[in-house]
Amino acid sequence: MTTFAATRLVMAREIKVKIRDKTFLFSTVFLLLFAVGGTVLPSLFDGGATRVAVVGAPTAAVLEQAGLDVRTVPDEATAEQLVRSGDVDAAVVDGPRVLALDETPGDVVGALSTAPPVQLLDPDDVDPVARFIVPFAISFLFFMTTLLFGVQIAMSVTEEKQTRVVEILVSSVPVRALLIGKVAAMTLLAFGQLALLLAAAVIGMRTAGVDTTLISAVIPAVGWFLPFFLVGFVALAALWAAVGALAARQEDVNGTSTPVQMLIMIPFFVVLSVQSNEAAMTVLSYIPFSAPVAMPIRLFTGEAAPWEPVIALLLLLLTAAATLAVGARIYQNSLLRTNGRTSLATAWRNT
Amino acid sequence: MTTVLNVEAPSLDEATALNVEALDRSFGDRQVLKDVTFTVQSGRLTGFVGANGAGKTTTMRIILGVLDADAGAVTWRGAPLTRPVRQRFGYMPEERGLYPKMSVAEQVIYLGRLHGMSAADARRNTGTLLERLDLAARADDHVERLSLGNQQRAQIAAALVHDPELLVLDEPFSGLDPIAVDTVLAVLRERAAAGAAVLFSSHQLDLVERLCDDLVIIADGTIRAAGARAALREAYTLPRFRIEVDGDAGWLRDQPGVTLVDLDGRHAVFDLATGVDDQQVLSAALTRGPVRAFTPVRPTLAEIFREVIQ
Repeated sequence: MTTFAATRLVMAREIKVKIRDKTFLFSTVFLLLFAVGGTVLPSLFDGGATRVAVVGAPTAAVLEQAGLDVRTVPDEATAEQLVRSGDVDAAVVDGPRVLALDETPGDVVGALSTAPPVQLLDPDDVDPVARFIVPFAISFLFFMTTLLFGVQIAMSVTEEKQTRVVEILVSSVPVRALLIGKVAAMTLLAFGQLALLLAAAVIGMRTAGVDTTLISAVIPAVGWFLPFFLVGFVALAALWAAVGALAARQEDVNGTSTPVQMLIMIPFFVVLSVQSNEAAMTVLSYIPFSAPVAMPIRLFTGEAAPWEPVIALLLLLLTAAATLAVGARIYQNSLLRTNGRTSLATAWRNT
Repeated sequence: MTTVLNVEAPSLDEATALNVEALDRSFGDRQVLKDVTFTVQSGRLTGFVGANGAGKTTTMRIILGVLDADAGAVTWRGAPLTRPVRQRFGYMPEERGLYPKMSVAEQVIYLGRLHGMSAADARRNTGTLLERLDLAARADDHVERLSLGNQQRAQIAAALVHDPELLVLDEPFSGLDPIAVDTVLAVLRERAAAGAAVLFSSHQLDLVERLCDDLVIIADGTIRAAGARAALREAYTLPRFRIEVDGDAGWLRDQPGVTLVDLDGRHAVFDLATGVDDQQVLSAALTRGPVRAFTPVRPTLAEIFREVIQ
């Protein structure tokens, strides 16, 4: 049997076990609901156009032009009645006077008044709320996925080691088939889950009728986030497998994986805290472990030139090749050391 | 070399499936294997006996390629052990392990496929094997839900699924109830009869004595004795005899060349000095009265073991 065939068998097993795992299924469903909910719900709560009751046809025409849901009523008493009962959000009666329950209906007032023209000299490309939410979502997705899937990789390596299945495996297939099969399986699942979430979010935004300029700003960022995520995940997955092999029991994984956890957490917090600092973000968008989030964010905010993600992705690819080599070495050297936790130094030196 | 040996050589080569030659292995500055050499023959059960820490597991791991030897070589039918060769080996590690959250059938099939079987073959063999090991009813249960004995059977199935030509089993009988021992034993004998070479370690000497055709005894990382069980017993048979007479056997004390080992009224066990004829002692006994029993005492495996590991 070739190494490739063995890798495929290992990968198929990992995927089969994982997609039958209830925790994985529930978390995927939950995240999907969250993605759809997060994009669709705000506009649902928005409640659509303001409903307004109007006494007098001319005013009604003006309000209708402003896109409000207008309903003509015969007199002020009826209008007040409708406002009080909550059937409408506001009413415009003779005067014109605006009736509302507990807050000034801005859009009604706006439609009835003449505002001076405003010219913004340095407008935001995107809505400030989106300006906060989109980078956070990208960072959080990368952070959570690499952490949760990463722990799964480490645990699955340790499980084989702890149960000694690994001795049977190693006697029949090459060690690198085990490592690559595992990393590939988890990458595929993590990437699949992420792609599903992003697709759900974009479709959610479309159906909810979110501003098209926001959608067109999000799509290139998301488009680049996918390859960055893929390579960034592989780079970390190899290290997760290595720290899993250092542990003798699953209880040790938390300890042996601390360096990898740091490699995920530090970039996450640093990117979030300096995201408005353009110079810092530029640097971060090239550092391999923060690039997967920092570069898509810069693309989203329109700060990065088109060639920049290409360079950053190449750097990340080189890093992934390096971590795979390092990970494979540590994995190979510690996989069969079953008496206690293996130190990094020992795993590196071998025998 | 004599002509006779030359004539016999081809048949010997054919039977010698696994050749373990001069293995050395150290962990740090502790040498655990020193010049370990023995052979395992096809169609025979070979017992690998030694105290805990004697080097059994290390030797087996080297045979399976899980560990490397510092020096020495292992060959299979004269060829070095490459991965394709090792794929035809079956291994049951000392510390049991299968995936706890995978069903019995599924992981036996998986391990079969990792040893190069097609999906259909792996499925078919798994079915037959679980049936044979009385585990068919639990085929779809997760391993973690099985009793220890049944986990052990599943482990045996995992080692046998690909019809290995060499079976290496580290303590296959520990943790098995007597009925399971018989089942597993029968399965191993079938495999040997079908031509597989079987090497298994055990510290249950009585069991090994009952089961195996050949024996390898290891102590402190060196092989102390190896060969066919019958030949070993022959070789380690002391000139020791047991006698039962009608009167008191105390007179043996004064018999020339006799050293009493045990004396209990009409029964006695004694050793003979080299060159002394046992028949003379028998005649002497007969002149004193009827002799009810007179028999050479064959050593048990435990006795041989104790003697060779000293």
